[in-house]
Amino acid sequence: MATLKELSLADRLFLKAYPWRRIHPTPQANPDKSLGASRIALASSAGMVCKDQIPFDDTVRGGDPSFRWIAHQTPMEDLVETHRSQSFDHTGIAKDPNLALPLQRLNELLEQGLIGSINHRHASFMGSITAPGRMIRDTAPEIARGLLEDGVDRVLLVPV
Amino acid sequence: MCNQTVSLVAAEIERQGIPTVVLQFLKEVALKVGPPRALWLPFPHGFPLGKPEDPTLQKSIMLQALAMVDDEVSPLPRLASFGSH
Repeated sequence: MATLKELSLADRLFLKAYPWRRIHPTPQANPDKSLGASRIALASSAGMVCKDQIPFDDTVRGGDPSFRWIAHQTPMEDLVETHRSQSFDHTGIAKDPNLALPLQRLNELLEQGLIGSINHRHASFMGSITAPGRMIRDTAPEIARGLLEDGVDRVLLVPV
Repeated sequence: MCNQTVSLVAAEIERQGIPTVVLQFLKEVALKVGPPRALWLPFPHGFPLGKPEDPTLQKSIMLQALAMVDDEVSPLPRLASFGSH
């Protein structure tokens, strides 16, 4: 279980003092389809890229606000985790990228008839963003517009 | 910080009209940031879908999260715990 107590002292002090962004008012979109008829997309903050894409840049002050589209048909062996944070154990994702970007699990849910369809692409970004202004102003709206154009019905967002 | 980042992206997606659910490791952060729908996980950072190579567990987390969208009555923001019903 993740609790603040498991983090390093430096991380805990940072998080205690950090001015968290409060989402207000809370937006609400309602579903117009059942889950079994819905097109699903993922958004992962694990810094995943395809091996032919540019890795995320952990030297950007305040955090790299860019994102990549990951094609759903990407072979799992072509996914590379480029998140540089030392605050979490990377071995699980290295062993099984589904842990953070569950492409194969979506295929299985579709085969089981539990979801309607899978979007042709998913959003990937690196979550260690302490200055989220550009993420809020530029990146998030661009991701949202893309998913809207794709006709996505529900989005599952996975932190790391 | 990942907890906040996915929540901020979710809020924008939701504003543009698509229902979202975020997974969250830190209940304290979920309560402070307030994403529309969040599923709190009993796992450490780095293991959002529980365990590597455990398709049953991974899918159960995904399904509980995605099904949170079907409750259109309870007010948002809404935080549920994985495994609770």
